[in-house]
Amino acid sequence: MLAIIGTVPKPDFPLVMGPAALTGEHLTVNGQGCPVNRGTPALLAAALKTAQTLGQPDPQAFLIGDIGVGDGSKKLYEYLSKHLSQTRFTTLCFHYLLPDVDWHNRVMFAIEDMVPRPLLIADAGFMYVAKMSGQATQYDLFTPDIGELAFLADEEAPHPFYTRGFILHDDNQAPDLIKRAYTYDNAAKYLLVKGRVDYVAAREGILAAVTEPDIDTLEPIGGTGDTITGIVAALMEAGFAIPRAALIAARTNRLAGFYADPTPATQVADIIHYIPQALQEALEQNGNSHGFIR
Amino acid sequence: MGFFNLFRKKPATPDLPESSGLGAGILVFDNTSEVIRAEKVLQEAGWPIRVMGPPQEIQTGCDLVIEFPLVEKLRVRRALEEARLSPLQVVPVNCPLLKPVDLFHVKDFGAYLMVRAANMKLTVDKASRCIVNVSGGGCPDVPYLAQEMVGQTLESAPLPRDIGHTLCGYALQLAFEEMQRRCLP
Repeated sequence: MLAIIGTVPKPDFPLVMGPAALTGEHLTVNGQGCPVNRGTPALLAAALKTAQTLGQPDPQAFLIGDIGVGDGSKKLYEYLSKHLSQTRFTTLCFHYLLPDVDWHNRVMFAIEDMVPRPLLIADAGFMYVAKMSGQATQYDLFTPDIGELAFLADEEAPHPFYTRGFILHDDNQAPDLIKRAYTYDNAAKYLLVKGRVDYVAAREGILAAVTEPDIDTLEPIGGTGDTITGIVAALMEAGFAIPRAALIAARTNRLAGFYADPTPATQVADIIHYIPQALQEALEQNGNSHGFIR
Repeated sequence: MGFFNLFRKKPATPDLPESSGLGAGILVFDNTSEVIRAEKVLQEAGWPIRVMGPPQEIQTGCDLVIEFPLVEKLRVRRALEEARLSPLQVVPVNCPLLKPVDLFHVKDFGAYLMVRAANMKLTVDKASRCIVNVSGGGCPDVPYLAQEMVGQTLESAPLPRDIGHTLCGYALQLAFEEMQRRCLP
């Protein structure tokens, strides 16, 4: 079973665990609701839509309120470090948590005790702390955007805010940045780089590049990076090999954006709505190798 | 402020050297929110300070420190105490500090303008100056900042530095200031 772990931008949102349910643009976990317009709720909504389209069980959620102070993140880290080892999740997807190396490492200790070991996906703050902890290679998939890829490529930066200037945050530089991230062991086994071109990569190089449909206006829309992570998490849990899951997720996210016909003012909830239709189309394309470089 | 200080010309404070080094100290706080508040207090008081990344020995994951002229330690501490801010440590700089990114990427979508600072992007409707989207980032205040800022104009939106708590919030403040510079008369 897939577990999605992150925060909600409401300070009074309690720690909740359980299956997530989606009604329109509203997400509910254990009776606690929040809109899906951004952050971990957007990721969860995308994973739910994907799982339901594939006929898979709904993902489980671990959510808590945190508006950046770190109080909620700390409670969640603490809960995970005490209880994850007693669970049997097969895929864990970590998202918006305040980066804290010490707590990250305690959670990793708990994961080491899980049998079987789950697939590990990290995005957003948890990906930052995974890199900073020096344990990036323990993860199966990171899903950075181009700015975050530059951060992974900078062996000295503890946060994207400190990425050194000579490491250019430019889509054209992505292949070099991927190589550099692997050189310094700051990447997961696989990378799904979200950008003008979406790259699926591993230590041996770029495995796939997705360029179509090219929807320039997706970049400013908050949450479109979260949805792609939700889609790939649900595909991995459904048994797709990671490179294939990443390729299908990249195509699905772009197609959902295409169907939403977005402007830079579109909200991500309007795109999530089209995920089932987009996923069906991406799965039909899956039979051919279009998009694979090697 | 003491009575005589009202009439005393503000003493010249030494400039910070171009790169961190001898003569500089750092103020370490419990969390980024306090750093952002301290920066505001010290900047408004005219101190030549810089927000930087902490030395590796004290990095925890989402940190900022304030670099200041070490000879001003007592007066800086006093200014912070008046604002009820207590740094955890005040230490001399003995190695180069990490410098925040200072490059902005600007993308023009016709009716909309997007500014990216580090990993944070802010998009505004040029005609109305309404913030239509906030994207990027990975710290938990990003969804909160987006929730509070989207739908507001550049003039009415809360400042990320006032309601944000993390490095991503700080990066959004930089993007916001660059957007103001480009869009406001």
